[in-house]
Amino acid sequence: MNYKIVAYIEAIVLIAVIAGFAVYALYFTSQPVRLSGAGATFPAPLIQKWSAEFKDMTGMQVNYEGIGSGGGVKQFTDKTVDFGASDPPMQDSEFSAAPGTLHIPVTIGGVVVVYNITGISSGLNFTGELIADIFRQNITKWNDQRLVAINPGTALPDAQIVVCHRSDSSGTTKVFTSFLSDENAVWNTTYGAANVISWPTQTIGGKGNPGVAAAVQQNQYSIGYVELSYALQSNIPYGKVQNAAGKFVEPTGETLASAASAVSLVLPSGDSSWASVGSYFNLHDVEEPNDGYPITSFSYVLVYKELNVRTGMTLGKARALTWFLWWAIHDGQHYASGLSYVPLPQTVVTHNEATLRMITFNGEQVNNWA
Amino acid sequence: MKTNKKIPAFLLKLRRIFKGRLSGDSAFRVATMLIACNIFVILGLMLYNIIQNSRLSIQTYGVGFLLGTTWQPFPPNPNVLPSFGALPLIWGTLVTSAIALFLGVPVSLGIALALSEFAPKRFNYIVSFFVELLSAIPSVIYGLWGIFVLIPFLQYNLFPILQATLGFLPIFQGTIRGPSVLTGGIVLAIMIIPTVSAISRDIFAAVPNSQREAIIALGATRWEKARIVMSYGRSGVIGAIMLGLGRAVGETMAVTMVIGNSFNMFTSLFEPGSTLASIVANEFTEASSPPVYISALMEVGLILFALAIIVNASARLIIWRSTRKVKEAEMIR
Repeated sequence: MNYKIVAYIEAIVLIAVIAGFAVYALYFTSQPVRLSGAGATFPAPLIQKWSAEFKDMTGMQVNYEGIGSGGGVKQFTDKTVDFGASDPPMQDSEFSAAPGTLHIPVTIGGVVVVYNITGISSGLNFTGELIADIFRQNITKWNDQRLVAINPGTALPDAQIVVCHRSDSSGTTKVFTSFLSDENAVWNTTYGAANVISWPTQTIGGKGNPGVAAAVQQNQYSIGYVELSYALQSNIPYGKVQNAAGKFVEPTGETLASAASAVSLVLPSGDSSWASVGSYFNLHDVEEPNDGYPITSFSYVLVYKELNVRTGMTLGKARALTWFLWWAIHDGQHYASGLSYVPLPQTVVTHNEATLRMITFNGEQVNNWA
Repeated sequence: MKTNKKIPAFLLKLRRIFKGRLSGDSAFRVATMLIACNIFVILGLMLYNIIQNSRLSIQTYGVGFLLGTTWQPFPPNPNVLPSFGALPLIWGTLVTSAIALFLGVPVSLGIALALSEFAPKRFNYIVSFFVELLSAIPSVIYGLWGIFVLIPFLQYNLFPILQATLGFLPIFQGTIRGPSVLTGGIVLAIMIIPTVSAISRDIFAAVPNSQREAIIALGATRWEKARIVMSYGRSGVIGAIMLGLGRAVGETMAVTMVIGNSFNMFTSLFEPGSTLASIVANEFTEASSPPVYISALMEVGLILFALAIIVNASARLIIWRSTRKVKEAEMIR
């Protein structure tokens, strides 16, 4: 008798669950438009914020999965998503594997050098050359003459430097080591620039930005590198880095934006290869001296110029996608600062507008409202 | 019987024909057998897949993969082949697991003995409950706790004392760092305690009371009684330890968060290191090219797989040998 009741209850619950799933599935398939994107983890919180706001505004659903830049480029090339996202621009080989790719910078990132020295707050001066020497353990003490020389008036301690870095494969490491490779010839030939490099053996690897931040905060006299937004949120002291014009620049929203607007003068057209822009903005390429922070980069959304290459694309979806991106680079930028992202400068927005006007579906321009 | 009247005649006939051949019992037997055989299929598919995917790396690096000590997936000179050597990873895995057993097993056996031999029943329930709770905590929580609670404590309290007292040993020399091999081992030790103690407790509880009564009748102390219980359950305890070792070898997230992730043939336990599992956790998510990189990470997985099989097989072997000894002893008696 008892078992019978249990069996009935089980059956009812099972039916309810199945019915629930069915309703859920029906509800979502009946949604007019659903767009999918995947890629870099760095812009993921911002893109997800956009998607929530855009849904409130239009009822259209944009799903974004932060699976990493490499995965984003792969899924975009395989055409399993409507748009991809990547921190570095596509390399030439990747670009030729996905012909017709448009690069749309959507936000700006910066890698900052963080440290933990008792009694010293933010604002130590560094040069790219010296950062590389510290991370390859050529400079091993904080009171090394070369560091003292560019930090007059600061009492640097006679202490061993503990080097901390990202242990996981990361675009942040790529940006940082690309900068070091350009600034330091020995670094370039021994370690190079990649998502994962072979660090000196006595260095500490932390998983993700939080892992590096924890390692720096817990080890006295340590140095590490994290995303600017993360350094701001977790209150770790960070240094100024000398830029191509010879200035020691503090990383802030403004200095990152001015690096971006300096580089916007030499940006390639949206539908050509952006490999030349590199993992970070090499401001040596920019003639005019400026106060841009030297380790700055874009984060890109990737879309196809002709959207019918993606199976299942309709005119409605194409319009929605273009609208979403148009909205993201204009009104969407207002959400950036609140999440510790740096809004795009006007010059880059203008550049993006031209790119978005190139998008077509079955040969017809999609973005015909602006 | 009364109910038989309601069953149509042809069904009764069918029943008679299939009786003993297609009864509910045999159908159930076949179904459960099929489900049980799934385990071979799953294991076989996994092994096949891992070997298939690591083939490229095995062909390229051969034995050098096991003996190499550099890990450089993206060499600065693009014309140079990426180099992958797993020795520091194997070293890190073995050392952290050894620390875990060294610290975790005595504690676990203590818990198990207390629960089965000495503790009052109510206390027993409460402690068992908390030990089981310990095993339900996700490993990422152990990792976070390791970073924010354990590391500051170890780095500024325990490690300096260790170095001051045992600093003459090479394993306690050098600069003290929070994220280190020793920290990884300590976190693992805590993580294997629930497994080892819960199984050992059950084994001790299964020791026949006649054994206890006999030794007490001979005038044994409580400690001597506990020794008899332990030696009676030895094979089971070794099995429990091996299960704990299996967990320690394969544990990923918690270790990744506290070990320091340095590709390092360490000699001091205060140095940062890496394990087989941690490198996969760190690098697999974004590894898309070159193909040999993914293949190398797969080969790391294969080594881990082999290590797990060796650990389990040796556990079986030990259990089998010691139970045989016990049986022989009983037969002589």
